[in-house]
Amino acid sequence: MIQLDHIRWGAAGRTILDEVNASIPANTYAMLMGATGCGKTSLLEIICGLRKPTSGRVLLDDRDVTDLEPRERGIGYVPQDLALFPSLSVREQIAFAPRRRGVALAELETQVKHLAEQLGIAPLLDRLPDALSGGEKQRVALARALAAQPKLLLLDEPLSALDESMRAEAAALLQQVQREHALTVLHVTHSRSEAAMLGQLHLRLANGRLEVE
Amino acid sequence: MTLNRSHLCWLALALITAGYLVFWFLLLGATATYSTPDSWLKVLHSAEIRHATWLSIVTCTFAAGFALLIAIPIGYLMSRREFRGKTWLDAALDIPIILPPLVVGLCLLIFFQTRIGKAVEEIIPFTYQVSGVVLAQFVVAAAFAIRTMRGTFDHLSARPEDVALTLGCTRFQALWHVALPAARRGMVAAFCIAWARSLGEFGPILVFAGATRMKTEVLPTTVWLELSVGNLDAAVVVSLFMVLLAVLVLVVVRTTGEKV
Repeated sequence: MIQLDHIRWGAAGRTILDEVNASIPANTYAMLMGATGCGKTSLLEIICGLRKPTSGRVLLDDRDVTDLEPRERGIGYVPQDLALFPSLSVREQIAFAPRRRGVALAELETQVKHLAEQLGIAPLLDRLPDALSGGEKQRVALARALAAQPKLLLLDEPLSALDESMRAEAAALLQQVQREHALTVLHVTHSRSEAAMLGQLHLRLANGRLEVE
Repeated sequence: MTLNRSHLCWLALALITAGYLVFWFLLLGATATYSTPDSWLKVLHSAEIRHATWLSIVTCTFAAGFALLIAIPIGYLMSRREFRGKTWLDAALDIPIILPPLVVGLCLLIFFQTRIGKAVEEIIPFTYQVSGVVLAQFVVAAAFAIRTMRGTFDHLSARPEDVALTLGCTRFQALWHVALPAARRGMVAAFCIAWARSLGEFGPILVFAGATRMKTEVLPTTVWLELSVGNLDAAVVVSLFMVLLAVLVLVVVRTTGEKV
């Protein structure tokens, strides 16, 4: 479960997030919507620890993680630009988090293969990000985040770069991944149809506050 | 086809560029035609010049290596962090570039007369030593390497490093495992630029390390020493050799995709 407790944050003297309160139950697929520039990405970055809130707390399973470093939170993050590591192959991208945890080589290879097969990117393991299509990049970013075995997955407009024909397939994949990994997901989108298709909980950020729809 | 004002403007700019390039080719061409195969052979057989060439290559490599080691952390800090006084620090990092070369040498010479400098020299002697040549080259080359590394990191998105932090990395691990592999070309470029800058360094070396033949003589010192005894042939050949090395470095840098 994730709880946001009176989160405030601003930039350049302007308050962007003003008393954000929310509670997302475990194993829930939550959709976050809101106008461009309302602070959705900043909120995700506060949750995963890349940005410090001016005040307020972030709690994961009742544990206050506000002052923890991003690596200590157990949160997977797939940013809008995917931010794949430019010089690492798909195999190395997926193995990145397990390697940091010191997973043994044989176990590492098994994990990479399993995730690659689950996400349909097994034939791409030796490619660099530059040689991938938009949809393939999105799957690699997702596999990389899942390899860290997070409890919470933050997705920032993950389907925005895909064309209409691939969206339904990618959305079904996200749903499958959420179920199989028993994840709590917070998914930012501008698309009402995407929100309707995936969301179990619908949140809207407006005027710096978060409302349940 | 009629030439409009826009075409005339571009034509004028192209002529200025061509004129500038022609001027440089004339300079190099005149220098190249001044040398003869005989003078090249004489220079190649000179033990002093062979020593200076070897010393130049070794000291430039060390200076560029040290410059790169210092340029990576400073370039990363300047590119990724915003902090109070950053503008001033940025300007301070450029001091070796804007200082007259002789002044850099003089500063080094005076520093090693201070108590701290003398303590350092107890461990590693620098003044009028080969290590002094490396230090004099490093002082100026590092500023260029820092500029290059900062530009490299500026062009690389910080987002992958942010994601690495969520995947279990510390900030240092994100730099080591994500930023540095992505900055490989920039590192090659920074090394080459520092190397080329070190190769041309003369003023600080002359003041701080001296111009002792078979000891602290590097290629620019050779040009100066040969000119001072009226041996223009040898000075020209050594100069052309340095031009060739500089062109080679420029080609390597361009193949990395970086700009000097």
